Amino acid sequence: MRFPGLFAALLALVLVPALASAAPAQQPSLVTDLSQSRIDISYRFAGVELLIFGAIQYSGGRLPTKSPGIAVVLRGPAEALTVRRKGRVAGIWVNRQSLRFESVPGFYAASTTSPVEQLLDERNAAIYEIGLPYLQLSPVTAAAPETVGMFQNGLVAYRQRRGLFVDQPYGVLVTDNILYRARIPIPSAVPVGNYKVEIYLIDNGKVAARATAPVIIDKSGFERALYVFAHEHGLLYGIVAIALAVAMGLAAGMLGRLRER
Amino acid sequence: MDLYLPIAEMSVNALVIVALGGIVGFLSGMFGVGGGFLTTPLLIFYGIPPAIAVASAATQVTGSSISGALSYYRRGQIDLKMGAVLIAGGMLGSVLGSIVFSWLQRLGQIDVAIGLIYVVLLGSVGSLMLKESLGTLLRQRSGQAPQRGRRHHPLVAALPMRMRFPASGVYLSPLAPFLVGAFVGVLTVVMGVGGGFVMVPAMLYLLGMSAAVVVGTSLFQIVFVTAVATLLQATNTHSVDILLAGLLLVGGVVGAQLGVRAAQFLPPERLRLFLALLVLAVAIRLAIGLTWTPAEKFTIQLVTG
Repeated sequence: MRFPGLFAALLALVLVPALASAAPAQQPSLVTDLSQSRIDISYRFAGVELLIFGAIQYSGGRLPTKSPGIAVVLRGPAEALTVRRKGRVAGIWVNRQSLRFESVPGFYAASTTSPVEQLLDERNAAIYEIGLPYLQLSPVTAAAPETVGMFQNGLVAYRQRRGLFVDQPYGVLVTDNILYRARIPIPSAVPVGNYKVEIYLIDNGKVAARATAPVIIDKSGFERALYVFAHEHGLLYGIVAIALAVAMGLAAGMLGRLRER
Repeated sequence: MDLYLPIAEMSVNALVIVALGGIVGFLSGMFGVGGGFLTTPLLIFYGIPPAIAVASAATQVTGSSISGALSYYRRGQIDLKMGAVLIAGGMLGSVLGSIVFSWLQRLGQIDVAIGLIYVVLLGSVGSLMLKESLGTLLRQRSGQAPQRGRRHHPLVAALPMRMRFPASGVYLSPLAPFLVGAFVGVLTVVMGVGGGFVMVPAMLYLLGMSAAVVVGTSLFQIVFVTAVATLLQATNTHSVDILLAGLLLVGGVVGAQLGVRAAQFLPPERLRLFLALLVLAVAIRLAIGLTWTPAEKFTIQLVTG
């Protein structure tokens, strides 16, 4: 475990008040923390693993006998996009059909204690958007349901292969029916923006408690400065790019001539 | 060594990119071509988005052509007058090219279009070069004198407003080089190439320019038109990745020096034959990519703005 001290402290925090108070039966609640709430993309960024951990606070301190169901969802900012499907025209593969989706998260990971179908019914999974098949991507073009399904599957599979959509059916580990943790891998191609972690406690196919935490993913330092420069001062950026290329080319030419002498 | 590219928004292995630049630089130093026609497809194979690959490769060609252009200039092997006409055409062409580029991007066919243009151009130029160099080699073997080519193409001679270009030794209408320059300018923006592999044959066989100034003038034009292409891409599509271009150049400039040295050990006819085979190999590889069932049938494009 990466944070044994933290876990012990959390355990004490959760157990002590819970054992002390003999309040009437209440809904359980969730305590949560992240290994980092800000992910900086610097020049060495090659992806990162986000650790999401916490504890379940049971009212009255009664520990359940069965292991609780937990779902952890990490979601990036939604964006509109067009999915295209290649088809053969005169022997050449060209983009033929396309479908536009209005709100697709740039990154989405669902990590659960067991497969979503075993935790929740379809309706609840769709309401809370837990699990890749239950994402609501808002296709806009009027198209037949099977076409929409084909494009949605294609989009999800494409993003999964690039690590931008993550499905971890047994990704959440629960210790002593109280502590939970999930590790979500974030690839280097992750889009920047404001992310949200949602943790759901699931009991008998229903969401019994919910907690959220924000995560910011942003470029930092030089990478950020360069990106902003390129997008806000395009002409100047182009001139700098040319100057750099010319300087390197000339330097190499001079070195080459020196060596010939 | 992983390095995050801020414009491409992905992490690449910096050593792989430098090595890629080095191999292309070696070949371009050896054959005297810019090498953009190798860089762009290789970057796309590596997984760089096509728009970024095309724009950054154009920037790299500026850097890899400048020292060559300067050394031809010192030896007086650039026809500046002809170059100016070609550049004027190239500027118009690169503006046209950037319009075509954004139009294809809107249509969602940019990757297919880049592939198709590459196959057609590299395939035809490669076959012509192969035929020519094999012919030369065969004639040498049988001991015949090299064939005398004709002067410029009859269509070129028919154009109005002829004027003299003394350094190139031609008397023709400036419209012809202007159009050649414009065509190459379109290619620079759409394909991320300098276009030397189109321009040099066009100068020799269409315009009938003197061989002594052809390569220098072509490099001269390439430096300016790729720079204009970089500016257009930087302001319109924001797809020039300075870090990517820089990495390619680090490898490219070193590779080019080695390539120039290696070329001295090979007779020019052999070099042209190898270049023809290389160009054809790239064309065939791209043709396979267009016709075989792709592993990835779906592509995704963000709706911007």
